[in-house]
Amino acid sequence: MSQAVVAKLKQEFPAAVLNTVEHRGEITVTVNKDDIVTVCTFLRDSAGYNFLCDLCGVDYHGSEPRFMVVYNLYNIETKERLRIKAAVGEDDCCIDTVSGVWSTANWPERECWDMFGIAFKGHPDLRRILMPADWDGYPLRKDYPLQGPNRELYQGRLS
Amino acid sequence: MATNEIMTINMGPQHPSTHGVLQLILELDGETVVKATPHIGFLHRGVEKLAENRSYHRALPLTDRLDYLAPMSNNLGYVLAVEKLLGIEDEIPQRAKVVRVMMAELTRIKSHLVWLATHALDIGAMTVFIYCFRERELIMDMYEKLSGARMTSNYFRVGGLSLDLPDGFEQDVKNFIDAMPGHLETYEGLLTGNAIWQKRTRGVGYISAADAIDIGLTGPALRASGVDWDLRRDNPYSGYEEYDFKVITREGCDTFDRYTARLDEMRESCKIIQQCLDKLEDGPILADNPGVSLPPKENVLNSIEGLIHHFKLVTDGFKPEPGEIYQGIEAPKGELGYYMVSDGSANPYRMKIRPPSFVNLQALPQMVEGALLADVIATIGTLDIVLGEIDR
Amino acid sequence: MPEMLSLSNDPILFIAVMLAKILAVFVVLLLIVAYATYAERKIIGHMQTRLGPTMTGPLGLLQPIADGLKLFFKEDIIPAQASKLAFILAPMMILVPAFITVAVIPFGGNIVIGGYTVPLQIADLNVGILFILAMEGLGVYGIVLAGWASNNKYSLLGGIRSAAQVISYELAAGLSIVAVFMLAETLSLSGIVEAQSGSVFNWFVFSQPLAFCVFFVTSVAEINRVPFDLPEAETELVSGFCTEYSSMKYALFFMAEYANMVVVAAVISTLFLGGPAGPFPGVINLLLKIFFFMFVLIWMRATFPRVRYDQLMFMGWKVFLPLALLNIVITGAVIVL
Repeated sequence: MSQAVVAKLKQEFPAAVLNTVEHRGEITVTVNKDDIVTVCTFLRDSAGYNFLCDLCGVDYHGSEPRFMVVYNLYNIETKERLRIKAAVGEDDCCIDTVSGVWSTANWPERECWDMFGIAFKGHPDLRRILMPADWDGYPLRKDYPLQGPNRELYQGRLS
Repeated sequence: MATNEIMTINMGPQHPSTHGVLQLILELDGETVVKATPHIGFLHRGVEKLAENRSYHRALPLTDRLDYLAPMSNNLGYVLAVEKLLGIEDEIPQRAKVVRVMMAELTRIKSHLVWLATHALDIGAMTVFIYCFRERELIMDMYEKLSGARMTSNYFRVGGLSLDLPDGFEQDVKNFIDAMPGHLETYEGLLTGNAIWQKRTRGVGYISAADAIDIGLTGPALRASGVDWDLRRDNPYSGYEEYDFKVITREGCDTFDRYTARLDEMRESCKIIQQCLDKLEDGPILADNPGVSLPPKENVLNSIEGLIHHFKLVTDGFKPEPGEIYQGIEAPKGELGYYMVSDGSANPYRMKIRPPSFVNLQALPQMVEGALLADVIATIGTLDIVLGEIDR
Repeated sequence: MPEMLSLSNDPILFIAVMLAKILAVFVVLLLIVAYATYAERKIIGHMQTRLGPTMTGPLGLLQPIADGLKLFFKEDIIPAQASKLAFILAPMMILVPAFITVAVIPFGGNIVIGGYTVPLQIADLNVGILFILAMEGLGVYGIVLAGWASNNKYSLLGGIRSAAQVISYELAAGLSIVAVFMLAETLSLSGIVEAQSGSVFNWFVFSQPLAFCVFFVTSVAEINRVPFDLPEAETELVSGFCTEYSSMKYALFFMAEYANMVVVAAVISTLFLGGPAGPFPGVINLLLKIFFFMFVLIWMRATFPRVRYDQLMFMGWKVFLPLALLNIVITGAVIVL
């Protein structure tokens, strides 16, 4: 099960695995951002996690390191999920790309760059995907205003 | 001496067959596609950022507008995700679970009807378009009876349903699913055996199973490439483990197989809905958890405790424990995932939606390389994308 | 038998009768074209379990007039970079050949006016069939010109597709009716009608079934109707070669399409179904047959998807052309033996 996989992971990469949390039946493993490609390749080849469901960023504004890049993995054979997180600081806001491990990571990484400003080293085509190409700023960061730049806050009821 | 001039064509955001505001930059050599680059983001409304500023309950209508052709599916995914975050999955009453499954399968039929209509229309058969939309009207009438809105239903709630089934609803559903296999026969009669349809769809948009898993394809498109994976059977939610249905796979990996796979999926959905109607019993529709479920209206209007309870839940909202979860469901278009992070407050700290069409569209450039212009249209149709959830 | 009216015996009557014939045919053709649009919408509507036009006039019968008025009053936009002359000329180059072709269709036998025999046919060329094929070939110039003159990649694609399509299918169409001339031993249309007179079983559809089928399908391809309507494939090329047209020029394109439908129906009726032969007076027979074929064309539009371009070319060159040649060989063999 996922517990066995996590144990194997800790055995292979003792320096990379920083933390393991289990919540509501799901396991989240926090790894060092420099080892992300080796960890992912190991998980895909030896542990059978051949499907990357989702790749996203989370902005923990106020804590250090500021961003987390989250990889939600799935094993089609054993039908299990696993979550890998890597912390990315604000000043060194880049991490290696995993689009060489799973090609599906291409567009989600572009979206992460577009929304958070996290650069992915080695990405084949890193440019904005949802916002217009000449947009300034990273909308999903917590310090980016909800109403957009240079506008007044919405005065009415939210719902 | 012939020079190869590559003509760049823009299938702009406004085009009859791009199923929404999708821009495709096609580089053509004659009529053969050399390269196709999709550009998206024309319908980006910032749903994820909006959700961070609203309570969990108020963020629910935002999800209706993602895949607007299958609204109850998106609602279901969100509601299941929040229930997982709260840890109350076991407290959902049986009646609510059965109604959720029934509406999810009706939504699947609705979404597949629109897919068939637009796909056939793109390839030229306009009569199928009208017939499919005629059936879809019946489903939208049922939506309206149930939730008040034809499209953006906002019917499910965290903890169960918002309203119970109205009188005569079960009879309407029964009439619909009794008539549906006959309609499916009509569509098949018009299309499946038609030599022109077969020529337009066989061998078009080929993607092998290994490529499909690698590029992240899910849903009927993946199952038509031979991969046997359906979240309803493999990671069941909302009581799906109690239903008996087949997972449709095909081996051909091309457009024709996706077409037959989706038609058969509609038949399986009818079977599941029939089982739901048999399983439906009286009972409560909301979990018995005062921290999450709104009290019944008689209490709210007649007692001060009910009033205060209702007031606190609506203004403050409920606060899940800090943590993060991922909930994936089998939406009609693929795996719809919600990754939610809670920091203990009443608003979601981060709501990331994993839209199936976003990831499926990534497969388009490799599926149309070397094909003709007409095949690009057929391939977009067979991937079944909706820009509402791609752009969020 | 009174003698044939011609320019030599009574020039004034001749010119008057000729003008009357031309006017009659032109007006009837225009009416049929206008109400063909109405018929198409109604028929396709009923096939799709809906009603079609019902609001403009009783049963929606004034719909074509409303459409015509609307198109007439619309703003006429010419793209700035388009070549003006070619842009304006193109719709006319499609419409005129379609209308001219009806000049050689025999509408009935001979009637007697003022002591002279007058054929119910505007011009009885002794190479009538060649004239028809030539006019159909001229139609492609208009489409290509429209595609090129619009200065728009989509229109260009539509125009080029159409040119290739029409040229390929013209060959097969022309060859498939060679067998008909072989049987009738004449190229003039009234001669072919005469060769089929007598009983119903003299009609060439019974002795030339293969030619009939090949000619029917290739004619549909020549007039750009479904399933061969790639040049104006709405869902791919946003209206193809007529994307940039508006107002009257657009109306002319659509009149041309329906006029072509009428002409093709008339030609098939004349060549294979005996033209004006039948139980009713001559003209009514021909009109009934024309309406029947137009109904079949509309029915095909409601039912079939569209063929892809390379499949279309494949069928034209590798399926229909050999079939037409085969038909000629078989007919020749049967005649000789």
